[in-house]
Amino acid sequence: MINYEKVLSEKAKGLKPSGIRKFFDMLDEIKGVIALTVGQPDFVTPWHIRDKAIKSLEDGETYYTSNSGLFTLREEISKYLSRRFGIEYDPKNEIIVTIGGSEGIDLAIRAIVNSGDEVIIPTPSFVCYGPMTEMAGGVPVFISTYEKDKFKLTADALRAAITPKTKLLVLPFPNNPTGAIMTKEDLEDIAVVLRDTDIMVISDEIYAEMTYGGKKHVSFASIEGMRERTVVVNGFSKAYAMTGWRMGYVVAPREVVAQMYKIHQYAIMCAPTTSQFAAIEALRNGDTDIKNMTEEYDRRRKLIVGGLRNIGIPCFKPEGAFYVYPNIGGFGMSSEEFCERLLYEEKVAIVPGTAFGKCGEGFARISYAYSVKHITAALQKIENFVKKINHERNKVK
Amino acid sequence: METILKLLESNAHLTPAQLAVMCDKSEEEVKKIIAECEENGTIVGYKTLIDWDKTDRAYVNAMIELKVSPQKDLGFDRIAETICLHPEVQSVHLMSGGYDLLVVIEGKTLKEISDFVFNRLATMDGIVSTSTHFILKKYKDKGVIYNSSDEDKRGNIL
Repeated sequence: MINYEKVLSEKAKGLKPSGIRKFFDMLDEIKGVIALTVGQPDFVTPWHIRDKAIKSLEDGETYYTSNSGLFTLREEISKYLSRRFGIEYDPKNEIIVTIGGSEGIDLAIRAIVNSGDEVIIPTPSFVCYGPMTEMAGGVPVFISTYEKDKFKLTADALRAAITPKTKLLVLPFPNNPTGAIMTKEDLEDIAVVLRDTDIMVISDEIYAEMTYGGKKHVSFASIEGMRERTVVVNGFSKAYAMTGWRMGYVVAPREVVAQMYKIHQYAIMCAPTTSQFAAIEALRNGDTDIKNMTEEYDRRRKLIVGGLRNIGIPCFKPEGAFYVYPNIGGFGMSSEEFCERLLYEEKVAIVPGTAFGKCGEGFARISYAYSVKHITAALQKIENFVKKINHERNKVK
Repeated sequence: METILKLLESNAHLTPAQLAVMCDKSEEEVKKIIAECEENGTIVGYKTLIDWDKTDRAYVNAMIELKVSPQKDLGFDRIAETICLHPEVQSVHLMSGGYDLLVVIEGKTLKEISDFVFNRLATMDGIVSTSTHFILKKYKDKGVIYNSSDEDKRGNIL
């Protein structure tokens, strides 16, 4: 009998399982829950995009594409990045089509990080950066962002975290879970700290299309002097409601892409061909879909922020992504306790902020990738819950 | 205003307070806009979409294409308005193309509908011909897909 403790990789064994699993398992056991937990759009991929994918299957387009992806797709990505964010990448050697944004993040970390290198990761943020850094032999250095700073990364916080071993900074904006964005000015402050260093940047811009209140997303690569050090990760999952297609891409200077390309070539070969055909259609004819979906998210954002504030839960007004990140620290219990009680007592599921980093204590993430009807019903139940716990606490006093 | 109307068209249950926060307006402003739209006939009414197939109620719907000879000075208006008066009639549209009026009616049985077409519609002055199509199944109506599943199949991915 093999002793798996001995044979398996120390690095893999060392990875912490995602803390939220336990909560999601609880959620699965309870019937009739109004969940506001998922990190993916509730829209179905627009029909014209699905239709083009079906057509590609009918036409027998079932081969591997080139490793970097269909050239037409890379050309469309190049045009899109230029027209939306004013950044220029050569489809020949500066773009790789990946299996979702996640593969792009993994490629970039593995192509940049040497053993012992430090990777600065602002938190709360999506859960993959730390574990991928560890698998690459790097050391994650988590730094906190705060409600008082609108959950932005500040130049001071970055400066304080930099050591001679710092190799890479992850910029996860628009942010999951806080909904924070970085404006051009915010990014320029960060650029000042990085200029004249060799620190590289992964800018995870997967929520780039979801910004609100007239604030257009600014790519870190568009900030003067930053293109040479930046790997931009983006994809189709959020913008076009295409999570299941697993379509993303990375763009970077050709020297960086050349290294990522080898890893991608050996590990992945190429992104799914059917999805690539769908992605071409999305980039060519999907601007209106993005506009319509974003307008709908925006209305829900206002509804949910307004609703939470009315209930008496302080809530930072997010400017990006499709999450709100209310402050639930004032109810005399931990985030996890709050979310568990809300789940068991009112059958509403939201994610404790601690799932996204230690500094998430006192907060919770609520996704508004749900219908207005669903959100309205959930808000009513959250209100019942808050009334109940306020009543309990008053009795104790 | 258009946003408020679109939101109400998709969900008449939204309260003025909810509409207000979604449209960056005050509750009072929203109430005023709705009242004005009701007053001037932009909002014609509020109804509930019901899938009667889920009940035991017996009903039949049919679409009837009518060819009509227009009347001097009145065109098709007079006859269309007269058809509207029948309670069985659910909608009346003036159409371009091969016929003039499209009438949707509802009855309890096929016979009730054929009686209505032969005895009431076909006999009206100005009706040249009728062509009746019974509706077998409703897949989508007023933008709502019938019998679509509400099940949330999305995986819990952070």
